Amino acid sequence: MSIIIYLIPVALCLGLLGLAAFLWSVSTDQYDDLDGAAHRILTGEDTPL
Amino acid sequence: MSEIADPSALGCPSGLAPASTDAAGDFSGFVRVKNNLQTLTLSVRGAKCGGCISKIETAVSALPGVEQARMNLSNGKLFIAWSGDTTARHIADTVSGLGYGVSAFSEDQSAKQAKSEERALLISMGIAAFALANIMLLSVSVWGGHGEMGDQTRVALHAISGLIAFPVLLFSGRHFFQSAFAALKNYSANMDVPISLALSLAFGVSVWETATGGAHAYFDACMMLLFFLLTGRFLDARLRRQAHAAAHDLAALQNRSVNLVRADGTIDAVQADAIQPGDTILLAAGERSVVDLTISEGHSDIDESMVTGESLPRTIAAGETLYAGSVNLDHPLRGQAMRTASDSLLADIARTLEAGEQKRARYRQIADKAVALYVPFVHTTAALAFLGWILLGATVHTAILVAVSTLIITCPCALALAAPVAQVVASGRLFKNGVYLRSGDALERFAEIDHIVLDKTGTLTLGTPQLVQGPAETLPLAAQLARISRHPLSRAIVNAAGPGPVAQQARERPGLGIEGQIDGTICRLGSAEWVGLDAAPGSDGPNLWFVAGDDVPVQFRFEDQLRADASETLDALRQSGLSVEILSGDTEPAVRKTANALHVDTWRAKVSPQGKADRLEALNGSGKHVLMVGDGLNDAGALSIAHASLAPGGAMDVSQSASDAVYSGGLSGIRTVLMVSKRARSVMLQNFGLAAAYNFIAVPIAVTGNVTPLIAAIAMSASSLVVTLNALRLNGGET
Repeated sequence: MSIIIYLIPVALCLGLLGLAAFLWSVSTDQYDDLDGAAHRILTGEDTPL
Repeated sequence: MSEIADPSALGCPSGLAPASTDAAGDFSGFVRVKNNLQTLTLSVRGAKCGGCISKIETAVSALPGVEQARMNLSNGKLFIAWSGDTTARHIADTVSGLGYGVSAFSEDQSAKQAKSEERALLISMGIAAFALANIMLLSVSVWGGHGEMGDQTRVALHAISGLIAFPVLLFSGRHFFQSAFAALKNYSANMDVPISLALSLAFGVSVWETATGGAHAYFDACMMLLFFLLTGRFLDARLRRQAHAAAHDLAALQNRSVNLVRADGTIDAVQADAIQPGDTILLAAGERSVVDLTISEGHSDIDESMVTGESLPRTIAAGETLYAGSVNLDHPLRGQAMRTASDSLLADIARTLEAGEQKRARYRQIADKAVALYVPFVHTTAALAFLGWILLGATVHTAILVAVSTLIITCPCALALAAPVAQVVASGRLFKNGVYLRSGDALERFAEIDHIVLDKTGTLTLGTPQLVQGPAETLPLAAQLARISRHPLSRAIVNAAGPGPVAQQARERPGLGIEGQIDGTICRLGSAEWVGLDAAPGSDGPNLWFVAGDDVPVQFRFEDQLRADASETLDALRQSGLSVEILSGDTEPAVRKTANALHVDTWRAKVSPQGKADRLEALNGSGKHVLMVGDGLNDAGALSIAHASLAPGGAMDVSQSASDAVYSGGLSGIRTVLMVSKRARSVMLQNFGLAAAYNFIAVPIAVTGNVTPLIAAIAMSASSLVVTLNALRLNGGET
């Protein structure tokens, strides 16, 4: 069972990583225009690949 | 104006909002300069779809020097950053030239505060979700290992849970603690008091149990409570902020620079607030005045439709008064400011609306009533459980545990979600149908409606004159002249004729008409007097005359026509048991004609704005729940008094601000609002029923001392899920 000494911190770090990503997305205004983002994907500039 | 685009290409390509014909003002007073980069935020009305984003962004980005143009579709704000000589006026004209209404946007203090509050709630919610997920992971191992797991492992897992929960409880829970503390300081109690109590007791008991090596810790329940309660509060804050933003757009109407004429004759663009009574102001053609003016110089047609509801323009000359909100149509005017912008008529109306909104805020929502019933019930039950167990001979420790678990399990997750979730789903559903809801509690008021009062001009009718009669072969010629004018009758001719050329040397004379050359012949379009007729024969209703050279003048006649779905909508409303009434400021024959066509028996004509408000008061007094539907400034007072109110998308901004919701795409929007509101209210009631039923089952389990953390977790999340899923049913069904 001593493996959980490693596993719990690893699990927590993964969780913190997700939390950090969420906080970053909030602080960069990514939830400000949910309607616009849904349309933008269709009308974005067409640059050839 | 050398060329006029096809009118159908103006505005939202999806047709979700009508194109605006308002000219933009001068917003140079709102430009901010930073590191050689000028920035401006414009509030754009009428942008509703993805096509609008690309149309606006492409056009603005193409202007010289523009480095960034980003349109936010959710709140209708366009952010522009540019360098170089491009002026704010040029940018605003570009957007308004595409058929969108434009005003400068400067965020007020309360909007900023609401936004940061919403963001703080979202962050708290995310952190609570993180804690909940990780603690649940540990709790599942404790529950799974029940009977097999060693005591030390269990205590260790509980301790880790507690270490995660503690900072999160302090951070995310502060929204409830602060509010509860503030309430207690004033010797009162709000919903946050029992919530804070349940959160801290759940945490405190868990710490005690962990420290003494007990079997049960409620850290997971504590975090789950926190997460669901924050979700409810976040949804609520979001709805309220959207409502506030819509109201704030009214103030944005005044956000334009004013051309102030200095004593030495130079002209400065200043913000409206800087205008003092007596200042001389230059009102350019196409500009909307923000202060009341006494005209000193100039002769022009003005559009007062926003002030009086009258759709035909009036000619104004020196010595006359021009009220704030009027638009100067064709020639520059100079005048002295009579009052400051904040004392002008527009500001007066805005204040009446505020008073109306405060009155409405006293409306008691279903959720408030439910909470008032809930709090005493739960606290009495917990206290009785504690006393009961003591009397039955249990230890104080056991009795406290039972009382605390009763408080935890009955804490109103489902109650906190019941109303906001239903409101969010219903307003999303309405949004898809072209209805923009301005407040969540409006849904409950819409659901109670039993009587509908409708304005005529612009609501039941199209509100702008349509060409109904005129020689088809002359129409393209008349349109060549009409294209240079902003006069509503000219626009009706242009609409009927479609795109085409413009007459040469065309000039407009205020109050008379237009003159220009077509194929070398001098042509005139305007009043009977303008084309050389003494009297206007058969001039019932608005009309224009056209003459080419020495030919016989021909007449064009116009009429304000009923909306296509007016009759069908009113029939359907009557069938669903609602009484209908027309209240109009228009003349009696016009209103009678409309009422007869729509089979409406109760109607009043020539009603003043105050008369409309009085009628609404009388109806309110007789115990009716009245829905007011109107679009003009003369309806604004009545709209703010009514039990619930609706404005069409093409309405004056003031009326939109006075209404609970704005609909686009025809009168059928009224039926959609009423139907969705009724369903939303029944879903809300069902949700409160479900929350009550949940407590009905949970309380006996808690009082008999059978609640384990596992049962608490399952019961609380199940009740929240059931309530949410029930609300999602609002998305289904016919429209």
